Amino acid sequence: MPSRKRVIAAALAVCLIGVGLAYRLQKPAPASPEARAALLQELPTAPVLGPVIDTSNRLPVTVSDSGPEGMLASIFNEIEANRLNNALDLTEALLRQHPNYRLANLIKGDLLLARTQPIRTFGALSDAPVDKVADLRAEAIVRLKGYREKPESNFVPRYLLQMQPDQRYAIVVDTKRSRLYLYENDVSNGGRPRFVADYYITHGKLGADKLIEGDKKTPVGVYHVTANLPRQKLADLYGSGAYPINYPNEWDKQQGRKGSGIWLHGTPSDTFARPPRASDGCVVLTNQDLDAVAKNLQVGLTPVIISPSVEWLSLDDWAKERDELNKTIESWRNDWESRDTDRYLRHYSKRFKSADQSYEQFAAQKRQVNASKEWIKLKVNNLSVFRNPGKEEVIVVTFDQDYRSNNLENQMKKRQYWQREDGKWKIIYEGSA
Amino acid sequence: MAMTSQSLSKPRFQQLKTLRALALGLAIGFAAPAFADNLPEVQRLIKQGQYPQAMEKVDAYLSSRPKDAQGRFLKGLIYTEMNKPADAIAVFTKLSEDYPELPEPYNNLAVLYAQQKQYDKARTALEMAIRTHPSYAIAYENLGDVYAKLASQAYDKALQLDNSNAATQNKLALIRDLISTSGKGNVKPQAPVAAAAQPAAKPAPVAPAPTAPATAPSASVVTATPGAASTAAPAKVAEAKPAATPTPPPVAAPAPAPAPVAAAPAPAPAKANAADDDIAKAVNAWASAWSRKDMRAYFAAYSGDFNTPKGMSRKAWEAEREDRIAGKSGKISVSVSDPQISVNGDRATVKFRQHYSAPGLSSSASKTLVMVRSGSKWLIKEENAR
Repeated sequence: MPSRKRVIAAALAVCLIGVGLAYRLQKPAPASPEARAALLQELPTAPVLGPVIDTSNRLPVTVSDSGPEGMLASIFNEIEANRLNNALDLTEALLRQHPNYRLANLIKGDLLLARTQPIRTFGALSDAPVDKVADLRAEAIVRLKGYREKPESNFVPRYLLQMQPDQRYAIVVDTKRSRLYLYENDVSNGGRPRFVADYYITHGKLGADKLIEGDKKTPVGVYHVTANLPRQKLADLYGSGAYPINYPNEWDKQQGRKGSGIWLHGTPSDTFARPPRASDGCVVLTNQDLDAVAKNLQVGLTPVIISPSVEWLSLDDWAKERDELNKTIESWRNDWESRDTDRYLRHYSKRFKSADQSYEQFAAQKRQVNASKEWIKLKVNNLSVFRNPGKEEVIVVTFDQDYRSNNLENQMKKRQYWQREDGKWKIIYEGSA
Repeated sequence: MAMTSQSLSKPRFQQLKTLRALALGLAIGFAAPAFADNLPEVQRLIKQGQYPQAMEKVDAYLSSRPKDAQGRFLKGLIYTEMNKPADAIAVFTKLSEDYPELPEPYNNLAVLYAQQKQYDKARTALEMAIRTHPSYAIAYENLGDVYAKLASQAYDKALQLDNSNAATQNKLALIRDLISTSGKGNVKPQAPVAAAAQPAAKPAPVAPAPTAPATAPSASVVTATPGAASTAAPAKVAEAKPAATPTPPPVAAPAPAPAPVAAAPAPAPAKANAADDDIAKAVNAWASAWSRKDMRAYFAAYSGDFNTPKGMSRKAWEAEREDRIAGKSGKISVSVSDPQISVNGDRATVKFRQHYSAPGLSSSASKTLVMVRSGSKWLIKEENAR
């Protein structure tokens, strides 16, 4: 006759199957069972990150952040392995660290409930609000995915082609993955972006690609932090701080995108984290993550590039793209110095617009000005080159322009948007930055 | 949530007491017998609700034997009855420190903590009870309740459920049943425990209430002593549960109350209609068949489309029942009390307390049968432990 204890153990095993199955269903599903087994066994390795990635010669990932992902991964591991007691211990440890972590509380509820009855699903409470459970499930999935799929050291986000020397860090946000990647400008290494850490983020309730005011979407593009709003001046909703970004930027305005008030900010005090899609368009971090990221933010300087799905380039491909663009910019600079207006205008799209000029007006003005020039010296300093996320091939180029000529000297910070037309890069917008 | 508070099984202390009495006898001679007789009196006073008097007696008893576990246990119970949880907790805590091998003080500590919504402490106490006494069925049942409560709390936090009004609803049923002075209990882990494990192990003839969250799981009275005169009509507390509360654990609650075989068919008052009578008879016949281990009659009490627990096949279910009823050695006694019958056409719901006893274990728990009329008979369609 089985003892009471054994019966309970057996019941737990049944529960576990429920939990395990349910949780397993949520995992990113690789093609084959073998692959899945491998995925489960080798958590720390980094599987495919993006479509551009070449999966040969991988390096082990050594960097990790301090978020709960590691703990969550361990907890789910224990659940998979039928060690529910360990899973509960770990969950409770996680909750000691973050008492109002809703996802951990849900897992704890499931693990406790599993001790009293078989449970068949994530969020097994009967009558649980479906939307809230779905939110927490979504968070669990993206966090585990983020934990398992770290960027590899020989791949970089395609957008970070060149940072200006005083930009110490850059931020790249992947909204589909609910992930923020922090990169350092490795100046000693030719300005190569070096991965520092990544963090879970919340973005717009209705996704990315903001177009109009109130559409509850997060903008896609190349931005930078414009201010630091300290906690004391903020409502609780914004948590430990807020960093507005310059949406809509020049390009957004040209494209007719509207809205305002897009910030990076923290999390209200009643929860450790918010669901992956919950904001009105802002990019939201947990307070501890915001504090960590904030240390590296330079107001007016740090780029924040938001993509629905980050593209990754091998370092070789990245260097090639960067060289090509540097050459293109250098050729524009040369042609301006040459005072040959036609050569110079080759770099501009027929659809070019500045803040106040069409292409024709711009061309006419340049011809007129160049006629009075005996010489022109143009220096491009502090150059940054970022690729704009999206289907259209657009590059954002920003630099300090030092212009000297026989009758005029001028220094300005200039920003240009270049777009590829028929295989050639053309300037489609330029203005002071 | 309902929780069972454990009365200290006398037999467990028989040995201690004897030793102590012997020691006292050596020391004070005549005094010992008089004291020894005091405890039943204390129990009687508690039963009668004369707590101050009971306290007086037990204090007198303890004044000359301050270490006595049984006396201190009763004192803790009296404090509990007098609604002095802090004092009760102090007594049971000290008792558990002095006698860490006894599960009962832990169990009652857990009940007190749970009343104060200190479910983490309740859990720790129950886990201690089980550690000291791995087959302690009551602690498992209580622990199941505490886990469910903790789960519910965690879900509230996870899903921001508003259970603010749950505070008033969450009353525990503290059972005031006291030990009898006769019979032998599961004093020693070995013998009775092994026996106790059997009924405990059964996932109960009970469908684990798949969806229904609503009804309150009631307390199961367990007087660990098969000989106990279980008068305890356990305070079944109907708590309006927060919608969020998970269903009670599918824990078997074979209950004690062996003596009161009186299958109190008390329900049907004279004016009761015929259907009520028929249903009461059917339920008693079912309990009787179970007690006789008459499997044919037992299965005949169930309708052909009986909802088997956990959706197991009818065949598997029958095999399991057979194993656990006919396959059990020793006498089984199942009786029914406090039935409440509500008839709705050809369907009826019967709630009652099921008193179960078998060698080494007895229990009492609430049960609900959904019955359907089939010709002139009423058959069991669903069987739920709640």
